[in-house]
Amino acid sequence: MDKQRRFFDEMFDSAGQARQPYSRYHDWFQTEDIRHLRRKSEEAEAFFRRIGITFNVYGQQEADERLIPFDVVPRIISAREWTRLEEGIAQRVRAINAFLHDIYHRQEILRAGRVPVELIARNEAFLPQMIGVNPPGGVYTHIVGTDLVRTGENEFYVLEDNARTPSGVSYMLENRETMLQMFPELFTRLKVRPVSSYPQNLRRSLSDCAPPAFNGDKPEVAVLTPGIHNSAYFEHAFLADQMGAELVESHDLRIEGGRVCMRTTRGYKAIDVLYRRIDDDYLDPLNFNPNSLLGVPGIMDVYRAGGITLANAPGTGIADDKALYSYMPDIVEFYTGEKAILQNVPTWRCAEPDSLKYVIDNLADLVVKEVHGSGGYGMLVGPAASKRELARFEKKLRARPANYIAQPTLALSTVPIMTKRGLAPRHVDLRPFVLVSPNKVQITPGGLTRVALKEGSLVVNSSQGGGTKDTWVLGD
Amino acid sequence: MLGKTAGGLFWMFRYLERAENIARLVEAGWRIALTRAGDAENEWESVVTTAGMRTAYCTKYDDFDAPHVINYLLRDPDNGSSVMSAMNAARSNARLVRTALSSEVWEAVNECWMAVKAALARPVTERNLPEVLSIIRTRSAVVRGALHGTMLRNEIYNFCRMGTFLERSDNTARILDVKYYVLLPSASFVGSSMDNAQWENILRSVSAERSFSWLHGGETTPQGIAQFLILDRRVPRSMAFCCSKTREQLSHLEGEYGARQASQDLADRMCRRFDQPISAIFDEGLHEFLDASIRDTAALASQIEQDFRFYG
Repeated sequence: MDKQRRFFDEMFDSAGQARQPYSRYHDWFQTEDIRHLRRKSEEAEAFFRRIGITFNVYGQQEADERLIPFDVVPRIISAREWTRLEEGIAQRVRAINAFLHDIYHRQEILRAGRVPVELIARNEAFLPQMIGVNPPGGVYTHIVGTDLVRTGENEFYVLEDNARTPSGVSYMLENRETMLQMFPELFTRLKVRPVSSYPQNLRRSLSDCAPPAFNGDKPEVAVLTPGIHNSAYFEHAFLADQMGAELVESHDLRIEGGRVCMRTTRGYKAIDVLYRRIDDDYLDPLNFNPNSLLGVPGIMDVYRAGGITLANAPGTGIADDKALYSYMPDIVEFYTGEKAILQNVPTWRCAEPDSLKYVIDNLADLVVKEVHGSGGYGMLVGPAASKRELARFEKKLRARPANYIAQPTLALSTVPIMTKRGLAPRHVDLRPFVLVSPNKVQITPGGLTRVALKEGSLVVNSSQGGGTKDTWVLGD
Repeated sequence: MLGKTAGGLFWMFRYLERAENIARLVEAGWRIALTRAGDAENEWESVVTTAGMRTAYCTKYDDFDAPHVINYLLRDPDNGSSVMSAMNAARSNARLVRTALSSEVWEAVNECWMAVKAALARPVTERNLPEVLSIIRTRSAVVRGALHGTMLRNEIYNFCRMGTFLERSDNTARILDVKYYVLLPSASFVGSSMDNAQWENILRSVSAERSFSWLHGGETTPQGIAQFLILDRRVPRSMAFCCSKTREQLSHLEGEYGARQASQDLADRMCRRFDQPISAIFDEGLHEFLDASIRDTAALASQIEQDFRFYG
């Protein structure tokens, strides 16, 4: 890592003064005893264990339930900063929904030559089964978690759009609960915008997309989980609970009379909107992966016939595909007629020979990602990699160039965390959560701040040792 | 409510009850082994038999030493009904039905599991046994308290309670059945110290030694004990009590769902069997009566499972 490199710290300016959004927090912090705060950190951990906010780690049998470390120093965003993010995210999410509708209907954007045809045609994330399908309410991505990174005072980039089944919202909500319990006095000093209405908004927003077959007075909403061994099971149960919806698994479901029904103690009952937390591929063994035990055979046919709403719609993965990512500025412009408010990270498409050459020549300075990967798996962080790792990765890259994109290592902003020796800066990213209903895009003021706990590390994923912080958006 | 959820609630409370019952058996064994010097190994053997684990236990050990029995019953992962295994199963069911539980109940179960897991992380010695047992007892009590204090009295509650009562009824019947011979008039010569120890063990195994002597003024007879644990509806662990409570839950469900279920007929028939005097049961044959009750309980549980679509 380049030692000379300066990172933007969100709390302190280069003179060591607290920046404006943090000034009140900093005043409070200076009157606090560090030992007291450290004790609070331990309390937080006990609290998380007690209420069972854990995630399961794949492939680790013994340590089956882990906590994501929580840091007690909040990440604070000013009202002005938030307004701009909100506009940028809403614009992007609208464009994504317009793009999805287009790509599964007339494909104007391909005809206009703004996105190459082969990027769609040969893409596994593009589902031919969705061609010509009109999702209820015209909504494809009911839930989006846009990953943002910051590199300077006014420099925010969209890193990923997460338009399939983004997770982490339960941490946003529980982190806030924890902070409210631990530091009530802070919330009287600062005007922090609440996040607690997310579950109600989610339910309302899902209900607004009831399918044509819905004929009651309140749409029946259910959450579909792969089961208690899934890494995000806690979140599935949490959201179902908070929304007052049933939490179902595939073996609770059956298709009857053209509806997807769940087995209740009194017989089978139709579901109107299914917030499914399983991937497209596993959704329907008849229409997709025939080996899936997690899905419901024939659910796609019910969906196409208007018998159920699936959230998110199948096939949304084409919009957050990493191969398509670099076209997002064009996509935003094409559908909204406006320049993208939020920037894209410069991206080299390794499928293109010139780019591949550049990437290989500069591998040690770049971050290379698998086009279909997620969770930080299969990714190379050039500056942190050894010579051997670089060489090994170069081989993979040459063998399947179209499988990769590369980006510069961004100078991710830092926010201090509480360590044994007091505050110390660590790199962060931000995932705000977006809800889309037929006539509204709603962004909860806040989100999930992920933080790389290791000094100097740029990888914030929880599966790779990252932690989380509560994210405060200040009122005016 | 989902059938799966109903099943999860039912089993969560069956397993919690099971964990408590096993702990109670260990407690009774330990107490008697302490107070009746010389005959300890016999006592521990009897505990293993009562717990219904004799066959499995004997494939692992060829003695009934206290440390072996205690650890087998409390924490052996090979023993699917050890306290730890039952707690794991209870908590795993609780995770499955988390949306149906109040946050107090969920947290109580989760904390109970964490505390028991920590207490049973290392082999239990006779020295720390009382502390471990006390953790199991008090943590389970917190779960029960949270259930009573915070849950709506609706279908969710009914399934929880049915799990508890069916497991408990089965447990009481098994304890009596293992020891039925010491309760038979032919085997009871008054004053025999062996029998007094066995009687005491039976009562302690269901934590009822105090309430028994309170109701019976210190006069311990085999018929008295059998009457107390089978027929006395004031006793929360008696078979009659458990049966009438199960029937009550089923009739609440009938009210809520507006439909009578086949399981109710079974429950009615079972409960009628507790309307006879204890002498009639002895005439019929105590073992035969208990054996039939154990089978009835299993049949009722599986009928409930069908009526409410636990597994589709």
